[in-house]
Amino acid sequence: KSTGFGAEFRRFSLERSKPGKFEEFYGLLQHVHKIPNVDVLVGYTDIHGDLLPINNDDNYHKAVSTANPLLRIFIQRKEDADYSAFGTDTMTRKKNVLANVLRTDNHKKKPHIVISMPQDFRPVSSIIDVDILPETHRRVRLYKYGTDKPLGFYIRDGSSVRVTPHGLEKVPGIFISRLVPGGLAQSTGLLAVNDEVLEVNGIEVSGKSLDQVTDMMIANSRNLIITVRPANQRNNVVRNSRTSGSSGQSTESSLPSSTPNILTNFLQGEEESDEEDIIIEDSGEPQQIPKVVRTSESLESLTQIELLHESTQNGFLPSSEINLNHSAGSISMEYEEHNPDHKSLEDGTIITL
Amino acid sequence: MMKFRFRRQGTDPHRDRLRHDLFAFSKTVEHGFPNQPSSLAYDPKLRIMAIGTKSGAVKIYGAPGVEFTGLHKETATVTQMHFLPGQGWLLSLLDDNTLHLWEIYQKEGCSHLEETRAVGLPGRPGFDSANCSPSITRVTVILLKSACDVACLGTEGGGVYFLALPGLTLLEEKTLFQDEILQSVPDDYRCGKALGPVESIQEHPQDPSKLLIGYSRGLVIIWDQTTRTVDHLFLGNQQLESLAWEHSGKTIVSSHSDGGYMVWAVNSSCQKTQQPVRSTIPYGPFPCKAINKILWRTCESGNPFIIFNGGMPRASYGDRHCVSVLQGQTLATLDFTSRVIDFFTVQGTEVAEGGFENPRALVVLVEEELVVIDLQTPGWPTIPAPYLAPLHSSAITCSYHISNVPLKLWERIIGAGEQQSPRLSSATWPINGGKNLAQEPTQRGLLLTGHEDGTVRFWDASGVSLKPLYKLGTANIFQTDCEHNDSLNQAGEEEWPPFRKVGCFDPYSDDPRLGIQKIALCKYTAKMVVAGTAGQVLVMELSDEKSEHAVSVATVDLLQDREGFTWKGHDRLAPKNGPVAFAPGFQPSVLVQCVPPAAVTAVTLHSEWNLVAFGTSHGFGLFDYYRRNPVLARCTLHPNDSLAMEGPLSRVKSLKKSLRQSFRRIRKSRVSGKKRVNANSPSSKVQEANAQLAEQAGPPEVEMTPVQRRIEPRSADDSLSGVVRCLYFADTFLRDAAHHGPTMWAGTNSGSVFAYALEVPSQEKFSERAVEAVLGKEIQLMHRAPVVAIAVLDGRGNPLPEPYEVSRDLAKAPDMQGSHSMLISSEEQFKVFTLPKVSAKTKFKLTAHEGCRVRKVALVSFASATSEDYAENCLACLTNLGDIHIFTVPGLRPQVHYGCIRKEDISGIASCVFTKHGQGFYLISPSEFERFSLSTRNVTEPLCSLEVSRLQDTSCLSNNFTATPKLPQANGTHVPRSPEANHSPADSDRSPEEHQAAFSPGPADSPNSSMENPLDTTGDITVEEVKDFLASSEEAERNLRNASEDEARPAGILIK
Repeated sequence: KSTGFGAEFRRFSLERSKPGKFEEFYGLLQHVHKIPNVDVLVGYTDIHGDLLPINNDDNYHKAVSTANPLLRIFIQRKEDADYSAFGTDTMTRKKNVLANVLRTDNHKKKPHIVISMPQDFRPVSSIIDVDILPETHRRVRLYKYGTDKPLGFYIRDGSSVRVTPHGLEKVPGIFISRLVPGGLAQSTGLLAVNDEVLEVNGIEVSGKSLDQVTDMMIANSRNLIITVRPANQRNNVVRNSRTSGSSGQSTESSLPSSTPNILTNFLQGEEESDEEDIIIEDSGEPQQIPKVVRTSESLESLTQIELLHESTQNGFLPSSEINLNHSAGSISMEYEEHNPDHKSLEDGTIITL
Repeated sequence: MMKFRFRRQGTDPHRDRLRHDLFAFSKTVEHGFPNQPSSLAYDPKLRIMAIGTKSGAVKIYGAPGVEFTGLHKETATVTQMHFLPGQGWLLSLLDDNTLHLWEIYQKEGCSHLEETRAVGLPGRPGFDSANCSPSITRVTVILLKSACDVACLGTEGGGVYFLALPGLTLLEEKTLFQDEILQSVPDDYRCGKALGPVESIQEHPQDPSKLLIGYSRGLVIIWDQTTRTVDHLFLGNQQLESLAWEHSGKTIVSSHSDGGYMVWAVNSSCQKTQQPVRSTIPYGPFPCKAINKILWRTCESGNPFIIFNGGMPRASYGDRHCVSVLQGQTLATLDFTSRVIDFFTVQGTEVAEGGFENPRALVVLVEEELVVIDLQTPGWPTIPAPYLAPLHSSAITCSYHISNVPLKLWERIIGAGEQQSPRLSSATWPINGGKNLAQEPTQRGLLLTGHEDGTVRFWDASGVSLKPLYKLGTANIFQTDCEHNDSLNQAGEEEWPPFRKVGCFDPYSDDPRLGIQKIALCKYTAKMVVAGTAGQVLVMELSDEKSEHAVSVATVDLLQDREGFTWKGHDRLAPKNGPVAFAPGFQPSVLVQCVPPAAVTAVTLHSEWNLVAFGTSHGFGLFDYYRRNPVLARCTLHPNDSLAMEGPLSRVKSLKKSLRQSFRRIRKSRVSGKKRVNANSPSSKVQEANAQLAEQAGPPEVEMTPVQRRIEPRSADDSLSGVVRCLYFADTFLRDAAHHGPTMWAGTNSGSVFAYALEVPSQEKFSERAVEAVLGKEIQLMHRAPVVAIAVLDGRGNPLPEPYEVSRDLAKAPDMQGSHSMLISSEEQFKVFTLPKVSAKTKFKLTAHEGCRVRKVALVSFASATSEDYAENCLACLTNLGDIHIFTVPGLRPQVHYGCIRKEDISGIASCVFTKHGQGFYLISPSEFERFSLSTRNVTEPLCSLEVSRLQDTSCLSNNFTATPKLPQANGTHVPRSPEANHSPADSDRSPEEHQAAFSPGPADSPNSSMENPLDTTGDITVEEVKDFLASSEEAERNLRNASEDEARPAGILIK
């Protein structure tokens, strides 16, 4: 990729007491992100919200020991890195920092890209929550954001056999009925025909009609998390294969609880940033919504990798989490008009607020 | 039925208490005309009338406001109903051959209707009684003796059975079989054939021991019950349809299948009568259809009335639905637009001197309306009904509710309505039993319905009975194919029979383009906007004077310069040239026509700024109706959207759509699973054809297999994404936080919101300066769901008041100091944004959480039941599943939700309209609005009492009273109970003993059965329901105690 990293968000755990050496950690990061030959700059946010670098054993240990409990690590490609972002109050004054960064465009020589645009950090579809789910179930995240691929699947009514206090009972269920070739579902291999849909974004589908489930899935289509009982039970992810980072696809967790509520809250918190609406302020003639907002000022998001440092019994972390912190604020077309000498960023994008 | 579920942290006890004080759901009353009526009954003593329907509903009406609704447990047609006069008891017969006894009883000062007893009568149509005698077969006629102690049942097999009332036990020794009759019939008449089913049983008007019994073959007898002998034989040879006594008992009249009737003299001297005194076929000499029912009413002032239905010449008028009224030489053939169900006459309560009946009025129930004819005024004019309004006289296309109508506007509308239909009859409404105990409505509510034929009807929706106030027609300003006020009412001088059109039900629309789509009315200035199917937007003003003026026409091109679109739909409606005469009432001043002429999908009005905004599937426009010029037009089409051009709104498709709707109507009407009784009637043939056509013409399903759904996010180029769904005016902060001003908002099907800042000149300068609109903001909702509603909340979180509300001291001024916020409801979520800087404050993702989509929303003010001056503004939302959810505003915290409409009832959900104070209406059939209440304080329900004087001791019945606030809805949402066979038609090969058993109360009458009612209606049991249940069983116990006390009292007491 030319401008930055693709979406690489990893959540993994470290033992607080034995953090190891910086070199090992650096290697681990490169391994986790599959970027063995790329020089990167590693930073973290301390308890005060400052963005501080990690480049030797000392500040690495400091970072691990102060993590509370989540250690957010930021990785930037060295050549793209913006050193001015480091410093005190970087997080709390994020907007200002970024605004400064952006405003100073004029007296900087090279096109100033602090961190790649959000779409470059596209999260990927994955299997999640392996540890909190029964082995027969699979929770799948289909991340539509930023791809042109259709989700590409159909659902149907069907019936499944459940174990109930009254013995085996046939109950109505919702199943994957068809995959569209080249769609997200088919190309990621995460869903298969005849998988039974159990939950949509943490909400059980039992008792809901096909149309209801369809509406729920479409409403969540930008960040769709489906819990299925795969038709083929032989490919289940085997639990306790703790080769953390070995499979970029699954992140493990030891959170004992699997109550949907936790997931729901968890997802809700996360959702706040997953989709936002475009607002165009305009004092000019009526015009169409541009598909791509040309803008000279965009408040970029710091993309972060959150390292949850939780002192759970085996030191593993609850689940992967993606956190795109979009800055709030509106894009003002007026500014652009009044400042024609502003340079546009290369990455035209739909600005989300 | 009611589901409470407090989601999230609903543990705050204070909030919980408040919720209980604010919200309560109930379906309170059904307005309009019962769908598919099937039977009629009248109690001359209590002066109340009952209508039964094909879905098993029983509705009782007396004086306006006196209403009772009941629903049989089975969804079966109510084929007959009979009052026990003065008793408050009603016997109903269903077409599954079960008899049900209903009782109007008194509780806490109010009367209630309840089914108290049911018995099953074994036997089905076609059941061969000869093989299995004695057997109760299918009941054909019922007579309740005037002493109210015995019911006589005539059957298909020809037997007559007697049931003791009110216990409904068979009096076996009284049973009268045909064999007994045949013994007294001469051999030559007998000729080996059975007499056929019993067609009529009538009690002798003077001597209750004598019964007039008529058999299908034509034999009529007078049977003396005390002596068990045949008093008299009338040896008719014409197939019999019905019988009636002349009041003195000296004459009888019989009607026949050949369209004739015969008058017979009852001569006590001889035992047999061979020939009638008179035999006529009124509409002969060509073959005529049967006369189904005939009445003979004596009249002091002249000849007796002979009133009958049917009998029309088969070839020329066989398709007419007529009731003929004949008095001496005067004949009126009342011509109805739908099938005659039944009719009765209303007499004075006491018989006049000389034994004259002197009928005051004739009440005719036809399939689609109720018509009352004043028989005492020459010319027999109709008496306008105070209820049972035929809402569907033309199909309802939209509805709109206005609360708190100012008295002045109210009076002007009533005035306009009175001038429209001068009262022809001075007679008062004759069916006026009972007392309305409900409080006078605290405020005037106006319900407006738009119709397919271009009319807008104004209804008084303040109280229990929905009264028609005024009817506005918009067709007269357009050139349409056929003229209105056509020949229907002008009966030709020499025409025979002398038809007279009565009633107002007119199912045919001349031009579908006239259909009304949207209505907006300003109650302070009496300005109204009415918008229709062909893109017509009419700005109207209320005028008390008639006028003749030309309507100024303006066209607004909503496509702007968008290239590549050609409209393939219907043409615009051509306005009439020159001045048009308008009656007092709402008169159009400006006609705005959208180009292309697609149906208007949204309309709003701001009378203070003289602006009207309208939207179609192509875009929206803003029009200054003071200066009569367009201010703004904006195309909302997406370049890839080709469907909008030839889509479902084009002429061909709209025809299909209306066919589909009528098909749906038929389907709906067949909820009971019963076939129409007369499938041959022309209207049902037309409907059947329509249904077939609709099936053929219907677009192919998008999915190949119906049980498969594609999961894809919405994209910008989905079809019809440009449809404008809502428009809104607000005085708020759009551009900066310091200055507020007029704004207009528009939301589309694809989740776009456009906000314009308006430059509106001050009142004095309206004529000098033009209004200007400047685009302020565009918001694209990322989830792209259709925007259902937009509202601006003031600094205190309250919705902005309507125009003129503040300046007339009718509302608190909005808080312009604090920051305003904007509430956008899409089909999937609610969001509150700050203003003027648009950033999301709160949101609730309904679809993501519940799997349901928003259909209707309204900001509703809920008043607390406990504290007089506490009220809260909330968001009420109806979903595609028929549930109603209530959310706080602007916090968007879910409060309660209730199941209201069946999710299959799409037209019911689409028709729902909320009022400002927590009530609502939705159509349960094409002709009925169900009224519901979400508020604890604002409830409009029937509250009435009926004074009943019981002749019988009621104790045997009183073991089973349960408190049911309101029975399940009569139409549409009826859920058949579990088939516990409590009185299913029993097998035909039962022994007599078993039949006896069948007459004893079924399991439904056991005291335990009260448990079934509250519990089986819902899956979720809540504390409230348990309380209700406990209350109801306590009630049952109390009743039981009362009943035993009653036993001690003498019979014939007055129970109030």
